[in-house]
Amino acid sequence: MTSISDQAGNKTKPWLSPDDKPIVIAGGFVLVILAVGTAYTLITQGTAPLLSPTYLLQQLQIGAFLGIVAAGMMLVILLGHIDLSVPWTIAAAAMMATAVGGPMAIPVGLAIGLAVGFVNGVGVAYLRIPSMIFTLGVNAVMRGLMVAHTGGFAPQTAATDLMEFLAGGRILGIPVAILVWASVSIGAIVLLTRTTIGKAIYAIGNREAAAYLAGIRTRWVIIAAFCLCGLCAGLAGTLLAGYSTKAYQGMGDAYLLPAIAAVVIGGTNILGGRGRYVGTLVGVILIVLLNSVLSIMQMPEAGRQVIYGTVIIAMLLVYGRGHRVVN
Amino acid sequence: MENLQIRLRQNAGILTAIGIFVLFYVFYNFNHPRGFAPAIFIQNSNEVFTLAMVAMAQTMAVLLGGLDLSVGAIMTLVNCLASYLLVGSPLQIILGFIVCMAAGAACGFLNGCIVVYGRIQPIIATLATGAIFIGIALFLRPSPGGNVDDDLSWVMTNDLYEIAATYGFFDDGEAAWFQPIAWFPVPLLLIILIAVLVWVPFSRSVTGRTVYAIGSGEGAAYMSGLAINRAKIAAFTLGGFFAGLGGIYLTLQTSSGNADIPQAGAYTLNSIAAVVIGGTSLLGGIGSAIGSIFGALILRTISFNFRIFEIDPLMQPLFEGVVLLAAVSLGAIRVLRVKNTLDLFR
Repeated sequence: MTSISDQAGNKTKPWLSPDDKPIVIAGGFVLVILAVGTAYTLITQGTAPLLSPTYLLQQLQIGAFLGIVAAGMMLVILLGHIDLSVPWTIAAAAMMATAVGGPMAIPVGLAIGLAVGFVNGVGVAYLRIPSMIFTLGVNAVMRGLMVAHTGGFAPQTAATDLMEFLAGGRILGIPVAILVWASVSIGAIVLLTRTTIGKAIYAIGNREAAAYLAGIRTRWVIIAAFCLCGLCAGLAGTLLAGYSTKAYQGMGDAYLLPAIAAVVIGGTNILGGRGRYVGTLVGVILIVLLNSVLSIMQMPEAGRQVIYGTVIIAMLLVYGRGHRVVN
Repeated sequence: MENLQIRLRQNAGILTAIGIFVLFYVFYNFNHPRGFAPAIFIQNSNEVFTLAMVAMAQTMAVLLGGLDLSVGAIMTLVNCLASYLLVGSPLQIILGFIVCMAAGAACGFLNGCIVVYGRIQPIIATLATGAIFIGIALFLRPSPGGNVDDDLSWVMTNDLYEIAATYGFFDDGEAAWFQPIAWFPVPLLLIILIAVLVWVPFSRSVTGRTVYAIGSGEGAAYMSGLAINRAKIAAFTLGGFFAGLGGIYLTLQTSSGNADIPQAGAYTLNSIAAVVIGGTSLLGGIGSAIGSIFGALILRTISFNFRIFEIDPLMQPLFEGVVLLAAVSLGAIRVLRVKNTLDLFR
């Protein structure tokens, strides 16, 4: 986790490269959360359930959905864009997957995600509309389509067995959702570090004009990144429908801001161009554990929101600060 | 003449917004069974006030080239605070107003300090502070409720005649000279007053010009010796103040406080849409809060039109989405005019 990355350029070699510092600090904070939570349960109940493998696996299983969304979101943020259409992409994928049912359920869910991502990509890359507002509009359209489709109620259709297995099943005691998340993660790491399109994503995030002049087909890279983000949201939606056995209105709302927060806490620059996937992984785990420990402490929603915001600001104050404007 | 042309070109965005609004609104009134009547006018301006304020708040961050994801949260926080304070003796109510406005401004000030001294990007800093503000709002109002002076909420959501009649000004509002303006809706008057007395002086001050300069090019603004830190903090503080005004009005309108997270999110997202429709560039440096008021008016007028045409309620979100997407896609016309591809990358 602390190895010097190739992307950082190996210039002067401080004890931690700028790209690794967020990952180490966020990782340390994950341990702090676990320690505080364990101390709390030891004092109040005399047991330490937080350190049991069952608990940790369960948390990772819950985190898998957020993790998959965050993986796609990271690709888009690395470009210097953002995808605000995630909430209703998740819900649309879940609703259509359960509505179709049968063996085609999962392909349909993924196709919905891909299609939304493609529309986003075209709007941003070809029409040059700021992603912030275009994806917001697409989100509104998807919401409208789903309300018209379902009549504003939770659809009665149920998830297929395969969806339920992927989201809630276990292989050798390991939740399948974690395995899905792991495959997505490996895909993201390979994409970002070993392929030309990965390098192109970083290049566009740093300076799009330079990337264009260097011969990168920037428009196609942007469309591809948005497609992958939509695909991840579609996958997360399909899995979520499997996890709760059905789709419902607003099921994706709780995933947008935490996904952005996880990516940023992991050290990815919100303006694009730099950040490592491992950071996003640590960011997701941090957010999931923080939520879980706060609910073990029976913290009311109000306190949770305050702590959540404070943690994001505190983490960014430590390592996410921009440069002073000097010229 | 040439001067006029330049001014027209500079204000093309806001003029388009005004044009679209007038078109939509006249269309709405023609088709309304009781169109062009003061009652409709009052009802519409009530529904528009809060969004107009939140959109003005959003404009401040957008002009700097950032985005403020906490405007809905500040509105909600002040809404919850005001549901305790706008009651009692006149002095207490006035004090309550001052405390609520100060609270909104303080939230904005906090945002500004984190952005300037913490050097964190506005979008992510306000994402975090938004969570904190919502948390505080939930502390204040774990469940919806509140107590607001009845007379106050009645007159603030009505026409000028009711103010005079309720508080006994101008012979209970019957004075002859008062009649020509007595029909005017209070919220609309307040929007105009806030725009003229707060926004216009600010945008013409050195600090206001600095906000525009930062949005156009922060480095250049710094090298020109402008006080960029002060301008950023001032912009966010003013944004918080506007959002707080929206929260106060929401309290008067509903007579209660409600720490409703989805509602806060919806206002934040609508405010971004209103700002863009109002002709302000998301890249910063171009636009005005007055344009955003018209953006908010357009968004609301679209829903007014849905109501009278009795469009299937289930289709309304779809129509709203399509209209929003189409409105923002108008910005793509710029792409057609670009001759050098490199000009696209700014």
